Amino acid sequence: MTTQAVRKRRKESETPVGGWRVVAAKELADHLYSGRFVVLLAVLGIATAAAVFAASGGIREVAQEAEEVTALFLKLFTVTTDPVPFPLIIFVSLLAPLLGIMFAFDSVNGERAQGTLPRLLSQPIHRDEVILGKFVAGLGVISVMLAALVMLVAGIGIFRLGVTPSLAEISRLIVWLVFAIVYVAFWQGLATLVSVRTNRAATSALIPIGIWLVLALFGTFIFSAVADLISPDDGAPGAALANAETEHLISQISPINLFQEGSTVLLDPEVRTTGLLTLEQVDRAIVSELNLTQSLGVVWPQMVALLAMTAALFALAYVSFMRQEVRA
Amino acid sequence: MTRAIRTVGLTKRYDATAVVDRLDLDIATGEVFGLLGPNGAGKTTTILMLLGLTEPSSGSMEILGLDPLRHPLDVKRRVGYLPDAVGFYDDLTGRQNLRFTARLNRIDDMDGRIEALLEEVGLESAADQPAGEYSRGMKQRLGLADALVKDPSILILDEPTTAIDPEGVAEILDLIRRLAVEEQVTVLLSSHLLNQVQAVCDRVAIFVAGSVVAQGAPHDLAAEQVGHVRVEFRFADDVDRARARLDQIEVVEDVTLGSVPNSLIATLDVGTLPGTVNDLVAGGAQIVGVRRVDDDLDAIYRRYFEKREEVTA
Repeated sequence: MTTQAVRKRRKESETPVGGWRVVAAKELADHLYSGRFVVLLAVLGIATAAAVFAASGGIREVAQEAEEVTALFLKLFTVTTDPVPFPLIIFVSLLAPLLGIMFAFDSVNGERAQGTLPRLLSQPIHRDEVILGKFVAGLGVISVMLAALVMLVAGIGIFRLGVTPSLAEISRLIVWLVFAIVYVAFWQGLATLVSVRTNRAATSALIPIGIWLVLALFGTFIFSAVADLISPDDGAPGAALANAETEHLISQISPINLFQEGSTVLLDPEVRTTGLLTLEQVDRAIVSELNLTQSLGVVWPQMVALLAMTAALFALAYVSFMRQEVRA
Repeated sequence: MTRAIRTVGLTKRYDATAVVDRLDLDIATGEVFGLLGPNGAGKTTTILMLLGLTEPSSGSMEILGLDPLRHPLDVKRRVGYLPDAVGFYDDLTGRQNLRFTARLNRIDDMDGRIEALLEEVGLESAADQPAGEYSRGMKQRLGLADALVKDPSILILDEPTTAIDPEGVAEILDLIRRLAVEEQVTVLLSSHLLNQVQAVCDRVAIFVAGSVVAQGAPHDLAAEQVGHVRVEFRFADDVDRARARLDQIEVVEDVTLGSVPNSLIATLDVGTLPGTVNDLVAGGAQIVGVRRVDDDLDAIYRRYFEKREEVTA
């Protein structure tokens, strides 16, 4: 064996960067070749296509009557039409978490179960590069899938509506796509954290899926019940408003609500607040559109909150992984 | 001779129990050192500490002159590690798994090296099968190749011979020996199968319940024993008469049947062995073999292990 030659070659290339890239490249390849990638892409693709077909059909009917409808293209994402009970952004807010969970729930305990973790950690890379590489790869796949879905929607929309999106609409879509990626990254972070902390993949899949289902299905009931406890609507003047405001405030802890509110503002230029408006406030208000900067100003709190929650989850996952025994 | 691995008072505690208790090791470059002991003796914990994967509770260590806690990457770059129950990415082939390790070690021109290693461990025909289809023994072989990908100065092998058939064990031990002699690779291997590895080790440390109870070259350790030894006598015929004869000899205690037909194992003081043989011959016994059973590591190990059990009982 050419031992000397290998030693020499390695000395030349001894740069202290990039171990995470090797991990990320491998993980990315794993994801792309995995069955779950194909299944998720097929399920989400079919569901999105069906939803957008219905939505575009609805818009065609509306558009014929309403001359003044602006940002018609973005209506694809926000309009509710007959066969589908909710607009596309709600659909994305409910199903996209599955993407984040699926690509992360076994990221660390999978290595443990296969017995590859001690071998991986004995290679000359920092421990944080392992988790960073996995995160980047997962996020990469998620971004590609979301971008593909948005383009699918846009494609079907152009074809069915015969309207091309304006530059303003495209920029709104891009910002929304980034927001959606952060939203999915939140679930990816949650799943990664659970996968660091639990030893079995089945457990670490169930926990984030459970949280997702509870928030998606029962979130509204829970938030309104808590709001009734804190600030009951006892018929006193202003009590109903206080109750509704409390409920809205509490609902902001749910990433699903944050994302839904943020999306509505980003994709509908006519929406000018995420909070409540009384009848007095909207009385004789002039319907006008916000530009993107103004919309961003409205949803800034939601975007920052979601980003902070995502970052916090990753920090937790990271810290627990760094402190963990190799044999746990 | 330069030093490859040194530990001073290395200790690891989980809660109150010391899993590794004040371990002192001093291993020279090119030496094959065996860390022997039953499961749960602290061998794997010691190895993880040496690799900087587990933090010691107290004590210090040096790998190639470096502290693995302060310079983890420099140490990991030069130390190849085969973990106990090694695992691979099931969806990747054996070759792809090795390529991943090579990339992490930034080895350029890895394909030639990987090919040579696969051949060396006898996996060239299975190299392009998914690792998930490998048997336990094949994984072990692939693990050895994996540890060698980075061309290490030190090779740490945790139970390298478990799950491998006897012929494979001989091949692997031969490879270990060759690496030590030809390439001056220092090898630290742990095992609970003493008789398998004693042949390949220059020195061994016998590890029971976190502490080293004996350390040295295998034959020196055996020679250390004084007092009562177990001796196996083989006779041409008529074991019963010889047994009656042995029972009469005062210095002989505890006669049992031996491991082969027509043999007996007697416990006696090592100084009285020549006299006992003479007595047997004088009594008409046809002795065809005399062998000290306690001469191998197994016996030493058993002795220390028994001692510990007495303490805990």
